[in-house]
This record gives sequence, C-alpha cells and structure tokens, in this order.
Amino acid sequence: MTVPSLTERSPLDTETVPILDVRGLWKVFGPKAEAVVGTTLSRKELKERTGCVAAVRDVSFEVRRGEVFVVMGLSGSGKSTLVRCLTRLIEPTAGEVVLDGEDIRKADDRRLRELRRHRMAMVFQHFGLLPHRCVLDNVAFGLEIRGVPKQDRYARAREVVGLVGLNGFENSYPDQLSGGMQQRVGLARALAADPEVLLFDEPFSALDPLIRREMQNEVIRLHHEVGKTMIFITHDLSEALKLGDRILIMRDGELVQVGTPDQVVGAPADDYVRDFVSDVPRSHVLTLRWIMRQPLMDESLDGPELGPDVVIRDAVHTVLSADRPVRVTDGDQLLGVVTSAEILEVIAGGQER
Amino acid sequence: MTTVAVVAARLPARRYLLLVVLAVWVLGWALFNGRDTLALGGAELTPLHTSLNEGMDAIDDGRNSNPFFLYFINYIRLFLDESVTFVQALISQASFGRPVPVLGWLGVAGLATAIAWLWGNGKVALLTAAGFLSFGVLGLWQESMDTLALTLTAVALSLAVGIPLGVWAGLSDRFHRVVTPVLDFMQTMPTFVYLAPLTLFFLIGPASATIATMIYAIPPAIRITAHGIRQVSPDTLEAGASLGATSAQALRHVRLPMAKQTIIVGVNQTIMAALSMATIAALIDAPGLGKTVLKALQTLDVGTAFNAGLAIVIMAVVLDRVTSAASRRVEAERRAGRLRTTRRRRLELAGTFGVVAVLGYLSYTYVWAAEFPVQAELGHYVRQAADAASLWVQDSLAATTDALKNVLTNTLLNPFEALLTGSPWWLVFGVVVAVALLVGSVRAALVTAAGLLVLVLLGLWQDSMVTLASTLVATILVMVLGVVLGVWMGRSDRADTMLRPVLDAGQTMPAFVYLVPILGLFGPTRFTAIIAAVVFAAPIAIKLVAEGIRRVSPTTVEAAVSAGTGTWQLISKVQLPMARSGVTLAASQGLIYVLSMVVVGGLVGAGALGYDVVAGFSQHQLRGKGLAAGLAIVVLGIVLDRVMSAATRRADVAAHGGVTHK
Repeated sequence: MTVPSLTERSPLDTETVPILDVRGLWKVFGPKAEAVVGTTLSRKELKERTGCVAAVRDVSFEVRRGEVFVVMGLSGSGKSTLVRCLTRLIEPTAGEVVLDGEDIRKADDRRLRELRRHRMAMVFQHFGLLPHRCVLDNVAFGLEIRGVPKQDRYARAREVVGLVGLNGFENSYPDQLSGGMQQRVGLARALAADPEVLLFDEPFSALDPLIRREMQNEVIRLHHEVGKTMIFITHDLSEALKLGDRILIMRDGELVQVGTPDQVVGAPADDYVRDFVSDVPRSHVLTLRWIMRQPLMDESLDGPELGPDVVIRDAVHTVLSADRPVRVTDGDQLLGVVTSAEILEVIAGGQER
Repeated sequence: MTTVAVVAARLPARRYLLLVVLAVWVLGWALFNGRDTLALGGAELTPLHTSLNEGMDAIDDGRNSNPFFLYFINYIRLFLDESVTFVQALISQASFGRPVPVLGWLGVAGLATAIAWLWGNGKVALLTAAGFLSFGVLGLWQESMDTLALTLTAVALSLAVGIPLGVWAGLSDRFHRVVTPVLDFMQTMPTFVYLAPLTLFFLIGPASATIATMIYAIPPAIRITAHGIRQVSPDTLEAGASLGATSAQALRHVRLPMAKQTIIVGVNQTIMAALSMATIAALIDAPGLGKTVLKALQTLDVGTAFNAGLAIVIMAVVLDRVTSAASRRVEAERRAGRLRTTRRRRLELAGTFGVVAVLGYLSYTYVWAAEFPVQAELGHYVRQAADAASLWVQDSLAATTDALKNVLTNTLLNPFEALLTGSPWWLVFGVVVAVALLVGSVRAALVTAAGLLVLVLLGLWQDSMVTLASTLVATILVMVLGVVLGVWMGRSDRADTMLRPVLDAGQTMPAFVYLVPILGLFGPTRFTAIIAAVVFAAPIAIKLVAEGIRRVSPTTVEAAVSAGTGTWQLISKVQLPMARSGVTLAASQGLIYVLSMVVVGGLVGAGALGYDVVAGFSQHQLRGKGLAAGLAIVVLGIVLDRVMSAATRRADVAAHGGVTHK
C-alpha cells in the first residue's frame, strides 16, 4: 500500500466453515403447504390455484463467522419470514438451516430453546420490550428465563447496558425512553445472552433518519468490539451497503443475488437489482478492480500504485493528481491501470443512469 | 336454498321487497284477522305444559333418592350454601352462638375502607367509608351485608373458575372457538329464565342464587381475561420466544403481567354483573336488598323500594369505583415505575391492617360497634321523602305521562300487537322468515323458521307474539334515543362529559332499581315494562352509536366540511352512513337488553311470557308453563340475535363497499 490513509475492503476469508448454512429453504403459507414446495408457478398463479403464498422460495446461502450479512428486499419480499425461519419463530416448510453443523430444523423443542437461549438472539423492528419491567430487568430477561441467578444476571445486564451506552437509565421504564433508546435496550437484551449470531429484523426502520444513522454507527462499533456474526434485515439499500460485508437481495421470496456491495452495484444480476441500485453513487461502492483496464503499449508504467480493493471515491485524489496512469497492483503483480478518464466516467456516468 | 340466497342478494331493491312483504302481511291480517292465532288463556295449559309439570314433580321426588342428586347435585348445593352461610356468618348474620356476626359494622366498614385505600386511592377510600356508613344510616345494614356476602361469594367462585378458563381461552384458539358461543349464549339468555330450572335442582335459597349469579358473572371474567391475554403485543411475545422462553415462562413473565390491568377490568365487570344478578336472585329467595325491593314492588310501596334501591346503587358505585381505581393504579404504577419501595409498602400494609384489627376487635366485642346504632338510622325519612316525591310527581306529571303513554300505546304498540297477534300464525311465520332472509342471511332465516316452530310447539305462540310486539316497540324507542343522543354525544365533547356519567350509572345500577320510579310514574301496565326496558337498554345503545360516530375519520369530516356541507348534511350524509355498523350493533345489543327485561316487566304488569315465568315461580301448577315460557324467551332471544347479527354483518360489508352476498 502506497497511500496508508486509503481504506480498503478486507477480502473475506472464504476458506473457513460457514457458521450458518441455509439450503433450499421454503416457507409456504396456506393449505397443504408441503405440496407446494418446489413449485415454479408465479405468486399470482400459485395463489389462484392452491390458495398458498410462498413467502420464501428455495433460498440457499452461507453466512461466514464474524461477517455482517444483510438480507435486503422490499416489503413483502419474504425477508422477515426468512430471518424468522432461521430460529424457527416461523416454522420452515422445507430445507435445512445448519448452525455450526447442527440442523436446527431437526431440533426438538427443548434443544430449540437451548439454541435460542445461548446461540442466537434477535433484535426486533418494534423492540418487543416488556413495558412492566425496567431497563435492567428487560435486558436481564433472557438470562432470567434460562435460570441465571439474580446477582449474576444483573452484573451481566449492567455490563451490556454500558456497552450500548444506556448508563444511568437502568431503572427507567420503556415508556419513558425514546425510540432509539428503546432499541438500544432491545440490542442490549440480545447481547446479554452472548450469542454467536445476532439477528436484526429491520431494527431501525421505525426510527427517524438521524437516530437511524446513529444506531447504524453503533452497530458498526459493536461489531468491531464484540465481533459477532450478524444477520441484518433491511429494506434500505444505503443501510445494506453501509453495514453489509455481503448482501442478499430477495424478491417475491426468491433469492435474486448474493454478493459484496461492490458486486451488487457493479454487476447486478438482473434488471430488478440494476433498477434497485441505479441511484447509488457508484464511486462510493465500486473499487478500482471494477474500472481498471489493461495498459496500452506506449503507456508509462511508473505511476503511483494502489490496491484493487480501494474504493474509487478514495482513489480520486491520487489518480487525478498523477500525470501518469495509476497502477493497480496486488503484491508484485500488475493487474491493470486507472487514469482520470475511467474515474471521471464512473463519477459522471454513475449519476446519469 | 343457496340459489334463493344468491337471487335475494342480487336483488337491487331489497327495501322495496321488504315493503311488499309488509303489504302482504297487512292484507293477510285484514282478510284472516283472528283466525289460527293459537291463543292460550292465562291459566290454560297444553299437554306439554302438564307433562313438564309432571317431569318437574318427578325431579322433586327424586331429590333424596336419585344417585345423581345424592352424590353430585346435593353436594354442590351443600358446598355453595355453606360458602354463602360462612361469609354471612362473618359479616351479616348471627353466628357461632353469638347474637351478632363476627364482624360488626365498624369492622366491616373499616376493612372495606382499608382495602379501598391500599389497592385504590384515598378518594375511593373516603367514598367506601361513606358508602358503608350509609347502608347503616338507611337502616339496611344487615340486608346490605347479605347482598354483599352473596355477591362476594359468587365473585370469588366466578373468578376462581373464570380467570383460569379465560387464560386458557386466551392461549388456545380451539378452546376460544368452543367457549365463545357458550358465553354468547350465557350472556344473551335473559337472566330470569334459568332461575326456575336452577331451583328445580338446587332448591330456592343461596345455592341457586349463587349459581344464577355465577352464570351471569362468569362470562365477563372469561371473556375479558381471554381478551387481555390475547391482546398482548405479538412483538413482545416473539421477542420472548426468540430468547428461548418456554410457554409457561411466556405466560408468567409476559402475558400475565401485560394483561394484568385488563384482567382487573374483568374483575370489575364480574363484580358489577354479580351484584345486579344477586339482587334479581331475590326472586328465588336470595337474601339481601333485592328481597326488600321485590317485596316493596309487590305491595307498590315506592318509598321502601326506593330506599333499598338507593342502597343497591350506593353499593354498585362503591364496588365499581374501587375496582376501577385499582385497575388505574396498576396502569399508573406500570407507567411511572414503582415509586414506593417494597419496604414502605409493607409498613403501609401492616399499619393499615393493624388499625383494621383494632376496629374488628371492637366490633367483635362491643355491641355499639357490632350493631349499627338505631338512633343514626334515617331510612324512614328517605322512605317518606320518596313517597312524597312519587305522589307529587304522579299528581303533577300525570297529564304528561298519560299523554305519552297513550300516544305510544295507540300509535305504536297497539297496531303492532294487533298485527302480530291477530294474524294467523302461518302468515306471521312466513312474514318473519321472509324478513329474516331479506335483512339477514339464509342461515338466519333457517334459524328463524326453526325458532318459530318451537314457539308453536311450546304452545305459547300468542304470548310470544305479545312479548315480541313490546320488545320491538321498546327497541324502536331505544334506537330513537340511541341515535339522537348517540349522535349528539359523538359530535360534542361537552355532551359526552355530561351524558357519560349518567349512562355509566344507568349501566351499573341493577335493573330492579329502575322499576321503582317508573312504576310510580306510569302505574302497573305493560307500558311501564316497556319504559323500564328502554331505560335498561338505552345506555348501551347510546354509547355504541356515539362510539361509531367518533370513529368516523376526522379527515373525512374535514373534507366534507371543506366542501361546504351543513351540520345536518354532515350527520345524515357522512357520519351516520359511516357509523352504520355501529348503529346496527347498537340495535342488536339494545334488542338483547330489552329482551332480558321481559321477565322483570312481568312483575310490573306486562302480561305474556314475562307473566308466565313469574307465575311459574309462585304457582305450583303453572311451573311447567313457566318453564316453557322461559324457553320461549330464550328462543325469541336466539332468533332476534341471529337475525340482528346477520344484519350487522351485512351492514359491515356494505359499509366497506363490499359485495353484499356471502
């Protein structure tokens, strides 16, 4: 790296075993749901012929340990159903949900409760707090139901309350807190159990934009501090791009595309995704890898060096101030070059589409 | 039949068809007047009534030999009798070899006040103290305590049964589906109807009274508890589940705490229902204030009836305010966080009950604290004043009330009754079924046909028609009041603040109490019964209409006003049409309430089914007929309820712009 101030997207370690592996997941609502699994009928035809709605259709994906995996789609695309299927708050109709090698769908009630108490915790759009309990009791609730002694659970709850920045509000009641603070309580409650996977179901949709941004930064901070695997549901593309290591896009219950933010923006899988990402400033998401080209015969190759995963926005200054093409290199290997022409095309072209 | 429904539903001019049906009826009445009317005189019996009588005699005879009685019914009776007697021994009757109850007036009043203070607030505690003292001042201490004993026993048993069932109904959809129609039936069944069969099994006295009261008081306990459990936010429940809560934990930590306030509202409703039934149960010899009112009604002693009625109202107000305050307190504590520490609360409890213990000891030991001092009783002044007022009102308002009575009787009641009772039964049968089909649904029409056939079989066709006529006239009056006052209340906040306490009082007051002043005004006629029914049913109808009007979206009203509609146009073209389902609901509820007053009407001069039931209580040879009349009232209730709810559904669909068939 020649310019240390540039942020780079760390390439993910693709070799590790995924913490969560979802294979062929279906959720069909309606009579004789099992019979519908595998259908290729459209949503409308399915409703007319069988009276069923397939909220999740044959979705498969893997979530790697420690990553923030965002599921994005418009309302009715099945994303909330999908996340509930992962802890069987909604019972899937078919498919496998494998957490660390264990198929959650095969767990009996007792085992499922164990998983929910220790391994996965969820944050909800409407918080789902207990109005008759103070903040500390709300946060300690998960520990209480798994039988942690009072002293221990309060100690842990205080710790987590501090972690989400609610110091001094331990004895307040949910009614007395603003929406953003209530969601911090929800977050603390999920964190208190120290789960491996945190599920977020549109946690910030009910908050106003400023608080939402604050909470997003809070999630990023917490992710750095506690390093949990997070599965994050949202309908907000900018939120998805901001938080996600990888993004899964859903439409009508089907998986449309899975990829890193720059893959989604740079190589949309179909017109639906293309339309979706058309308003995104491409220079904020795409990396040099997406715009570099092979050097021409007569070009000089002694310009500055940049890595392929540098976001274009961050490379603008270097490229425009250099009088020679900037080399994109990975270690010693020359991958391509970038000049002001490519940069300007992305910045100009990205807005006009 | 379905094709008929489809055809009927598609007919564009339903209301013209209704007019045609009515025209056919009037024509038929003119042609066949007086034929096939199935009249039956007051003392006449059909073979069915005689065999019902014999059946009841057989049950009477088997009471001490039949194993069903020996090992089941008699034990229940014993248990209930003993429970009531025990509570009576504590607060109202001489007991345990003492000439006075365990707790005298000072002890009871102190205990009640303490409870009101600890779980309510200072204001209701004062009200409670004043209320309990006034029982003594009115000279009705013992009667009041008898009523209270019966009510509290019934409430305790109702809650012990009702809350667990309510929780179950809140948790299980299947049980909820099963229990809802049963509760509907228990609540729509006019209260007097089950008194007679109950006495057959449990004899007259506290046991039957307790069961009758429980039948009336359990439905709100179950319903409201189930509602409280069900309304718990699904988000919170889901959050609990996602943390791995078992269903028992979800119930204990999430559902019950969040439903607590609603459940206390249910307790309030249960107490109010129990109190109103405990007074009515005087008909089957339940002890207490109801008996005083009943005796006074039978001798037309307005003063005594008013005095006892006043005590009932005071008791109702005290019980209502204390439980409402307790429910509000739960809510306030939830919102504010627990302000008092546990330790302070313990001190408060200990201190208060210490004082109560002293008062209780005094009232246990000294006569002055056990028996309410006679010198302080002012009941006879109240009686005299009420008598004087009643006389004055009768004298000075006689012209007005007579005019009202005559106008309504001649223009509405008489023609309607003549039409219903004068037409041959098959004509009325056809007309009513057709109307049910037109305003309701095929199913409602089928129920109607079956119900009317039962009326014929019971041998009480004509009596049923007389009762139906009064019921419908009363319902029309209820709806006139309901729409006029309801619209006013719905539109004006000031009207709401003015009327609501009056309506609340009307709803909490036990039914008996109305009869007294109305009887004073109109004398013992069927019209008195109609007015009593209207007073009983109007509050609920007015409230429902007002709520419907209030629910009309303010945006729509604003839009209409901005388009330049006048007040009258706004009411007739926007608010009433949009509140249509509320109005229909008001009509159906009003009808059921009116019907449940039919038997009470029988006490004050209305004839027909109400009289048959009342006569059945007092005359042995008419028991069978009384039972049949009770059944007939239930059948009428079911038919009217089904038709009205089908009509309500239709109105709902129409109000939402849907297609009306289905």
